[in-house]
Amino acid sequence: MLGIVGTLAVLAILGFVILPAAVVVLAAFNDKAILAFPPETWSWRWFAKALAYDDFRSGCRNGLIVASWASSIALLVGTAFAFALDRYAFPLKRTIEAVLLSSLVVPHFTIGLGFLMLAAQIGWARGFAVVVACHVVLVLPFVLRSVYVSLRNLDQRFELAAASLGASPARVLGTITLPLLLPGLVGGWLLAAILSFNEFTASLFVTAQRTQTLPVAMYNYVREYADPSMAALSVLYIVATATLLTLANAYLGLGKVLNVEPRR
Amino acid sequence: MSSLAAERHSNGGAGAPTTANSDDAAVRLLRASKRFGKIIALEDATLSIRRGELMTLLGPSGCGKTTLLNLVAGFLVPDTGEIAIDGKRVNDLPTYKREIGMMFQNYALFPHMTIADNVGYGLRMRGVAKPDLKRRVAEALSLVRLTGVEERRPHQLSGGQQQRVALARALVVSPKVLLLDEPFSALDRNLRASMQIEIKEIQRQLGVTTIFVTHDQSEALSLSDRIAVMFEGRIRQVGSPDEIYRRPADRFVASFVGDVNVLRGRLDRVDGKAIVTLGAARISVPRDPLALVHSGDHVDLFIRPEQLRFANAGEPIAVEATVAAHIYQGGHVNLYLEAPEVCSSHILVRSLEPDAIERWRTGTRVGVSITSTDAIAFELEPAQPNGAPRSLKGKEEKSDAGS
Repeated sequence: MLGIVGTLAVLAILGFVILPAAVVVLAAFNDKAILAFPPETWSWRWFAKALAYDDFRSGCRNGLIVASWASSIALLVGTAFAFALDRYAFPLKRTIEAVLLSSLVVPHFTIGLGFLMLAAQIGWARGFAVVVACHVVLVLPFVLRSVYVSLRNLDQRFELAAASLGASPARVLGTITLPLLLPGLVGGWLLAAILSFNEFTASLFVTAQRTQTLPVAMYNYVREYADPSMAALSVLYIVATATLLTLANAYLGLGKVLNVEPRR
Repeated sequence: MSSLAAERHSNGGAGAPTTANSDDAAVRLLRASKRFGKIIALEDATLSIRRGELMTLLGPSGCGKTTLLNLVAGFLVPDTGEIAIDGKRVNDLPTYKREIGMMFQNYALFPHMTIADNVGYGLRMRGVAKPDLKRRVAEALSLVRLTGVEERRPHQLSGGQQQRVALARALVVSPKVLLLDEPFSALDRNLRASMQIEIKEIQRQLGVTTIFVTHDQSEALSLSDRIAVMFEGRIRQVGSPDEIYRRPADRFVASFVGDVNVLRGRLDRVDGKAIVTLGAARISVPRDPLALVHSGDHVDLFIRPEQLRFANAGEPIAVEATVAAHIYQGGHVNLYLEAPEVCSSHILVRSLEPDAIERWRTGTRVGVSITSTDAIAFELEPAQPNGAPRSLKGKEEKSDAGS
């Protein structure tokens, strides 16, 4: 259907998209202590080193703490706002929506710098609270968007039907609305968690040695060393994220999570 | 004004009601109005629905029928007026306390629940104990003749089966009133007919008061105990299907319900009776709609196709017309005639003759006579002096829209 030129074009684009990941993956298995492509001899040893390196271990732990808190808080806040935006008419609705989505427009380093100055001003120690607060702002638009789209797609007649059958508003929410929104909520949370875990620019400003997340730890590492343990870590990143998304797809349906499929 | 007039048309109606409390009324609306911004969705609706009755709200889209249904369901609150269920004012009662059952146009079956859970939902909300709940769910499903699907999900069922589930779900809670919102529009023609019969049977068997919303006039005529015809936010007439069909209150009702020919006649008042002359034919019609018309003035005579036939020798000919088109319908043939001086569109005549198409070929001049004394006439419409426009196409759309 595409013809030979079309097929080649599609393959070329796919190759181009995959290329950087492929290069890094191959470099991770290089036996030599340099980041080089293609490797001449092969080894798993950089994986062992990456997993054993203290800064990476604590970075990973910190990242998980920050990501889970930030995405959970963003989910709560984003869901509340998504409901308000979808269900109610109120003054300045568009303005509020624009503000909530503004971190898509404001560069990450600006947000990071802002939080850094703010935290210094009010005398906050550079602990997890600042990092989490910063990440909430960063991921909120994505959660808001995801839940908002799910709400839009939710046929309100389900809720009306439940009410007609004697369900109070609280029971409608618990038995109909939230279960039907679940894919959107989980999808929004997952997206937020992945974004937060991978976030670097703003994190560089707001993290301290004690709270540095994995991307910051990797940046600090690469400033001093240039061995393939970075590449090995990248492979682990990719594998972990892919596993997570595969599981989400299996249990929830990625189409629903990303809202690309019309609900039946 | 028009709602009061509408009440007068209901058979045995006790005139204009003054209170929402009435013994035999399961649902009662008293001068209920609802606006959305500047749009008046429902104006001054007064309607009383008797216990066990199937009342149809019939009208084109935007006529206010769905608004009225939503007011009864409690999805909307009236701006003015009163709504009562079982003699109790429910204006401020939220939907979930109204003890209604509703079947939605798309059925709105909960996609994340099994069929049994869907049907049992209303009972769970009422705190019915499990063994009792299970028994009642099974009873409801067997009532709608659907068993063995308890553990399936809604999307695994066909459209007709989904409708049965929706009906069972609405009926299982023994509602005070059953609300049906265009329930047949998503079904194909054959299934629609059999589901209509079944729902009517179940409704009669249970004696549940039912409000049924549709834009399909043939559906309304065949299912209803009474029909409320609505147009532009107002109830124009309430009556039995026969009354609505044979004694329409106004031009709109006459042309919306059933096929009708609008022919230009002349009023000839004799001894207090209203007689309309059309060609050589003289037809007696009700006087009320013609109160403001003088003898000798033109009027629009509304005649059903089955009241017209090709004149036999010696019969007074009402209209001389030319055959313009045939539409073969299997059991009968629709013949469309042209007579520009009395009818601005086509005159529809039905013929049961198998050789109708050969006998009355296109272009043939024919004489049409009027077989019935049961016609009705209205004064001319100021805006459209040639009568309500009625094209072949418009009629087809009306009966098939929304399917």
